[in-house]
Amino acid sequence: MTKLTSLTIKEALDGLKKKEFTATELTEAHIKASEAAQHLNCYITETYDHARAQAKESDARYAKGEAKLLDGVPIAMKDLYCTEGIRTTAGSKILENFKPPYESTVSGNMFRDGAIMLGKANLDEFAMGSSNTTSAYGNVINPWQRKGDNKPLVPGGSSGGSAAAVAARIAMGATGTDTGGSIRQPAAFCGITGIKPTYGRCSRFGIIAFASSLDQAGPFARTVEDCALLLQSMAGYDPKDSTSVNRPVPEYFKSVGQSVKGLKVGVPKEYRVDGANPEITALWDKGVEMMKAAGAEIVDVSLPHTKYALQTYYVIAPAECSSNLARYDGVRFGLRVEGGNLNDTYEATRAAGFGKEVKRRILIGTYVLSAGYYDAYYNKARRVRKLIWQDFINAYEKCDVLLTPTAPTPAFAIGENEQDPVTMYLNDIFTVPASMAGMPGISLPVGLSGDGLPLGLQLLGRPFDEETVFKAASALEKAASFTHLPQSLMNKAA
Amino acid sequence: MAHALLKGETGDWEMVIGLEVHAQILTKSKLFSGASAAFGAAPNTQVSPIDAGFPGMLPVINTLCIEKAVRTGLGLNAKINLYSVFERKNYFYPDLPQGYQISQYQHPIVGEGEIEIDLPDGSTKAIGIERLHVEQDAGKSLHDQHPAKSYVDLNRSGNPLMEIVSKPHMNSAEEAAAYVTKLRAIVRYLDTCDGNMDEGSMRCDVNVSVRKPGDALGTRCEIKNVNSVRFVQQAIEYEARRQIEVIEGGGTIKQETRLFDTKNGTTRAMRSKEDAHDYRYFPDPDLLPLKLEQGFVDNIKSTLPELPDAKKKRFIALGLSSYDAGVLVAEKERAAFFEKVSNNNDPKMAANWVTTELAGALNKTGKSLDESPVSAEQLGGLLKLIADNTISGKIAKDVFAEMFASGKDAATIVEGKGLKQVTDTGAIEKIVDEVLAENPDKIAEYKSGKDKLFGFFVGQTLKKSGGKANPAIVNDLLKKKLSS
Amino acid sequence: MSIDINTVRKVAKLARIRTTDADAEVLTGELNNILAMIGQLNEVKTDGIEPMTSVIEMNLPERADEVTDGGIPEKILANAPEKAAGFFVVPKVVE
Ligand SMILES: [Mg+2]
Ligand SMILES: [Zn+2]
Repeated sequence: MTKLTSLTIKEALDGLKKKEFTATELTEAHIKASEAAQHLNCYITETYDHARAQAKESDARYAKGEAKLLDGVPIAMKDLYCTEGIRTTAGSKILENFKPPYESTVSGNMFRDGAIMLGKANLDEFAMGSSNTTSAYGNVINPWQRKGDNKPLVPGGSSGGSAAAVAARIAMGATGTDTGGSIRQPAAFCGITGIKPTYGRCSRFGIIAFASSLDQAGPFARTVEDCALLLQSMAGYDPKDSTSVNRPVPEYFKSVGQSVKGLKVGVPKEYRVDGANPEITALWDKGVEMMKAAGAEIVDVSLPHTKYALQTYYVIAPAECSSNLARYDGVRFGLRVEGGNLNDTYEATRAAGFGKEVKRRILIGTYVLSAGYYDAYYNKARRVRKLIWQDFINAYEKCDVLLTPTAPTPAFAIGENEQDPVTMYLNDIFTVPASMAGMPGISLPVGLSGDGLPLGLQLLGRPFDEETVFKAASALEKAASFTHLPQSLMNKAA
Repeated sequence: MAHALLKGETGDWEMVIGLEVHAQILTKSKLFSGASAAFGAAPNTQVSPIDAGFPGMLPVINTLCIEKAVRTGLGLNAKINLYSVFERKNYFYPDLPQGYQISQYQHPIVGEGEIEIDLPDGSTKAIGIERLHVEQDAGKSLHDQHPAKSYVDLNRSGNPLMEIVSKPHMNSAEEAAAYVTKLRAIVRYLDTCDGNMDEGSMRCDVNVSVRKPGDALGTRCEIKNVNSVRFVQQAIEYEARRQIEVIEGGGTIKQETRLFDTKNGTTRAMRSKEDAHDYRYFPDPDLLPLKLEQGFVDNIKSTLPELPDAKKKRFIALGLSSYDAGVLVAEKERAAFFEKVSNNNDPKMAANWVTTELAGALNKTGKSLDESPVSAEQLGGLLKLIADNTISGKIAKDVFAEMFASGKDAATIVEGKGLKQVTDTGAIEKIVDEVLAENPDKIAEYKSGKDKLFGFFVGQTLKKSGGKANPAIVNDLLKKKLSS
Repeated sequence: MSIDINTVRKVAKLARIRTTDADAEVLTGELNNILAMIGQLNEVKTDGIEPMTSVIEMNLPERADEVTDGGIPEKILANAPEKAAGFFVVPKVVE
């Protein structure tokens, strides 16, 4: 029998159905793998007992022939999703002991469908970061290493724990959230697949907000098909979220493997930036050739405001976060540091509870919304956002999907890019535009860098056209046939 | 009405007053959550995680709040904005769980309008409405439970409010009082707010400034949360005086927020110096812009009830005095009560009974109209007995007292106590004869020219009949017999 | 546009985050770098462009006026750092 932790979700579901193994066995295998991979620090809170109880219920359903879409599949839950009665920290000290009295809609959907939660995955504090180094619970280590170099690398962020867990085969899939690239960039850094669906496709109810007009839930897995299965469970209309869109959820897995003959793949010239990493550019060219070979038609397109997406993002996201994070005041939940009076208590609580990056963003956001700067920064950014959105709409008149690199570099070492926040922010340069426009985007591993690190490409689609994104991604996945394993796993295998 | 000017040492001063009234929209649940919006529950029992600003919680708007805001806007003769936006007003306070209030700022749901206020001298004045916007209420902080702590109850957090902002069109405390009274009547007629100021369903922020007549507007102070019509008047009177004294003493008025002290009728600057407010309003990204169809607005318009001004005009046309009509329409229930009483009865008589006999009895027993032991139908029944001569007006007052005490119908009491007027001429004639036989001396005096004694005979006859003899018949018979 | 250390202090106060002098100094430099980056937005011509609030083009959804929540004071208070008699408790607020 193959190792249970190396199965895809699809394979595991088939095996469970055929009673080749039980959900409990599958879960125990992943708990064992998780315990062996503790040094990666993928979880802030392990929920093994919870997982075992869920597995038991899952086995009961299999026994009765009532298995659900994801029944028995062990996953990691980004610790930004509120889970009822289970500590939810958002990677922040300010929520160190917070136990939500409610379940997020998306985690609830997955539990309804039989998914098993192994733990609450580590992340950048309040999802603010691109390296998972801003977590108050320690950084996550990427299971990949450079050839001949054992310096620990970042998994990307903010959903770093989720991506690393799936890459390290300690979870079969995971949830993430993507505000400016927080699913796609860590997927690329960890050599796995992750999709940010269209804004409004998954409910935000119960997911701790970072930037409300951008935040979107999505899955990680090791194949496009597995991502499709997970998203199908996660997505759907939720009357509890006023930005949730009421339209049916297609059976995404049916798009996997469909022909891309005649599909128009746009290649936006603005993503060819000066001084780009040549390996990334080469990978991109290779991806274009693969799509062409699979029968797609390549179209040159232009997204003229791409250059300003990051700037727009760093006005709008901090503005929204400065307001969203005002509720962490030590009054109703979370950390309180007593001061002499109420204001001292507020200031001491928030100074102690928030980390550096979160504070920076709150301050930037407070500043751009404050009297006198609102128009110059905030409204200006909202106008540019409209132009960025319009760019995509225009491009989609010429093509069905866009193909771009996911990140400008492969995973970097922990401590690198820390000298200045802006250097770190540049990591999201290719993922942010689609976030600003609310478009769906998937990242999948297509090749390796010279020093043996995974590199990802990103496919972006029209609003609510995840089906085409999955179709294109599965064609690219097939062509790339990325089978490399993180060194840690290869060593173990050896 | 001429502006009421205040006399200062340096001459006359004019007050300029504008009001911001927060009126709680009459709904079962909150503006953005499904928790109850009812008043008076145990602390934190009507709180959803949304109202407590818990992580990941999101607002979903209550459709009835939109409908009632539009309804109120129409009642204020105001422009309904088909496009409005919910924005966040950011500030820290323990009873503001999200760290922001969801309100409307640049694009309110209702724009400019105008209402008419009724002044004590019987005149009216038009007061402009600047806007009406919908927003969340905050929770409640209790400062008197503990020497070093404040206690926070979030039951009120998230309750739906309409903030109705007037133009600075009022120039006296009486006008401000009349404005609040009229606004309260309008929202109650519209059924959009219960207007209950004791429970905080309506709260006033009063903006006051003073100036020499003809000068530019002075610097205003805002007095927060003044919660009765009487306090509005007191606060304005005190504040205007204070400002005049400051200016005449060589000082200047600082634009500030002040609190009204109900114990001594004064205002004082708030101690919490929120260092220069900067609310950082921005559109709430959790909510999309609110777009209404004109048809939706028209539909609401077609269901508006008759409002106090129109009703007052109609009552006057029925023959009521402007004063009586004003008293009756001031309260929706009173007007409705009157209309039921006057159904098939003389309107003037009905108005009289409602505003004097009934109001007096209610007042004496400390009851409100909806607690009246005599229903409108019952009072109408009494008036009918007067109109068809079953009882006299005098007996009617006794019957009413009995009705008020027992809750019985007028007819039952009249029947049971045999109070029916005697209209049988033979029977009355017998009593008249008795009276005449007992008073030969008085007859002589009458006949010698003392006409006034006619009243004496009538009185005696009525008395002997136990008040039941029909006065007209008594009159006729006496006239006939005394002139023979 | 760039900001000085006093503005940073003021903004930190507005955001209720205690900032030491050393923090404020570091933050001034970092925030100026970020502001320099976002200042590039001035290169974009946006005349006549409506500011975008949401990427989804739909009407604001509404819910019926029904009581569906509340009645869970113990859950609401469960995470409170300080509570008494069913209330949240904070250092005294002076008005
Ligand atoms: Mg106000
Ligand atoms: Zn207000």
